[in-house]
Amino acid sequence: MPSMIDALIEPWRLEFMQRALLATTLASITAALVGCYVVLRGVAFLGDALPHATFGGVAVAFLLGGNVYLGAAVAAVLSALIMSLLSRRGLLKHDTAVGMVFIVAFALGMLLASLRPNYTYNLANFIFGSPLAVRWDDIWVMAGIGGALVALLLLFWKEILVTVYDPPMATALGVPAAWVELGLMVGVALAAVVGLKAVGIVLVMALLVLPPATAQLVAPNLPVMMAMAVALGALASVLGLYVAYYGDVSPSACIVLSAAGFFLLALVWRHLRGRRARSP
Amino acid sequence: MGPSALEVEELWAGYNGHVALEAVSFSIEQGCLAGLVGPNGSGKSTLLRTIIGLKRPWRGRITVFGQPPRKSLLGYMPQVEVPDWSLPITVLDVVLMGRYGKLGVLRRPGKADRIKAMEALARVGMADKAGRRIQELSGGEQRRTLLARALAQEAPLLLLDEPFAGLDAPTQHELLHLFQGLRREGCTLLVATHDLSCVATHFDHAVFLNRRVVAFGPLHEVLTEEVLRQTFQRHLLLVREGEIYAEHD
Ligand SMILES: Nc1ncnc2c1ncn2[C@@H]1O[C@H](COP(=O)(O)OP(=O)(O)OP(=O)(O)O)[C@@H](O)[C@H]1O
Ligand SMILES: [Mg+2]
Repeated sequence: MPSMIDALIEPWRLEFMQRALLATTLASITAALVGCYVVLRGVAFLGDALPHATFGGVAVAFLLGGNVYLGAAVAAVLSALIMSLLSRRGLLKHDTAVGMVFIVAFALGMLLASLRPNYTYNLANFIFGSPLAVRWDDIWVMAGIGGALVALLLLFWKEILVTVYDPPMATALGVPAAWVELGLMVGVALAAVVGLKAVGIVLVMALLVLPPATAQLVAPNLPVMMAMAVALGALASVLGLYVAYYGDVSPSACIVLSAAGFFLLALVWRHLRGRRARSP
Repeated sequence: MGPSALEVEELWAGYNGHVALEAVSFSIEQGCLAGLVGPNGSGKSTLLRTIIGLKRPWRGRITVFGQPPRKSLLGYMPQVEVPDWSLPITVLDVVLMGRYGKLGVLRRPGKADRIKAMEALARVGMADKAGRRIQELSGGEQRRTLLARALAQEAPLLLLDEPFAGLDAPTQHELLHLFQGLRREGCTLLVATHDLSCVATHFDHAVFLNRRVVAFGPLHEVLTEEVLRQTFQRHLLLVREGEIYAEHD
């Protein structure tokens, strides 16, 4: 069926589609790996808050004419620091601190955006994502941050594992648990920065949560779960871009909905397997 | 007196201004199996957590084998169920965490660590469950997994916070034999427990704690009605021929 194969190949003949594929795949792979921590630790809220907090930095960068990624990264890391400082002192519960800081950072971004109305259109790209407008230099930055993040996650794998499982024990073993926790928050923030242009602030949480949650339903152990999350994230990017190309609809929305589709399939699979196990 | 494994001098600690440990002083010789006994809220867990460095004392001094406490000298099994048992990892993964302190940063557990971890699991009777996911464990199996992790640390001083809690009688007996075996190998153990009869029959030393130290030393010297009365206050305890009968007044 040559026409079918043609249909599969056709989108990738266009350079902007190639870039979109690279960008969304990078974003979803990074988010999936960091997202395993988010899902296992039950801090999905953080996966929503930190991307929003980047918006303040994006707006400042726009206003000053600086690098958007740098602005976003600074804002995200700063927010993560303030969040953990506020909750460390026992002043606030962790999720209260997170909720306060991110919305202040986001509001700051909105304020700055409203100073120059012509910015609003450009900034909207970061909120809803625009994978088709990604440039090569965006991709290099994304690959740099994403690659460093993945390397750090693998390098400090055992420190992260023991901190997530049992923080006091981590301390008793000489692992600086507080720093590892902070590092993981910064990791979530940076994963959000990687996904900023490709899927946008609002939808990056979906990439953090959906593929790992899907993998958790079917994977027998942690390494398999992480591998599956990465594969599902990448697959959702490809599938989403196909749908967007042929349906002429928003690519980032299609990617997120593809990831949600995988999750539903995994749910059904779990249900069927459970039924089979119960029947005599 | 032999060389001491643990020395605590004038240790004060507490929470939000409330005193939990008041001028606690005692020492434990090397190669002892020592019980840490006291009523609920007497500060047993606080004491162990302070020794291990999880809690900062207000003042006082702790010496382990003549030095300031070092992670590599101390094995620890927590009382409270902080660990997240829903993680998709295996029993062996948890026990391997005991090896992390020895590995240092960036190095991964290797074959030798796996062997040590399996040995530790065998000693607590969990070798056949090494590959099980931790969410499938019973409460007693969870405690034994944490104990195996403490053993895998291969530390000369073990601080165990209520290792018998929730264990059936045969398992408890096996653990007692394990502790005695460890002591024969040169290990020193400080075990917080509510099981007085167990301490009376199987341990050789005891520390009686009720915010302050009521008594410490060889069991035959400290296990007296007067010490028990001071430690438990509201309870009257009778001791006869190594057996203990508890009565409420
Ligand atoms: N995290 C905490 N915050 C505030 N107070 C605490 C905390 N942990 C313990 N305490 C208090 O410190 C005192 C000693 O508690 P600790 O847990 O050390 O007692 P324990 O001897 O281990 O008791 P149990 O036999 O019930 O385990 C108690 O009065 C308790 O209320
Ligand atoms: Mg206790």
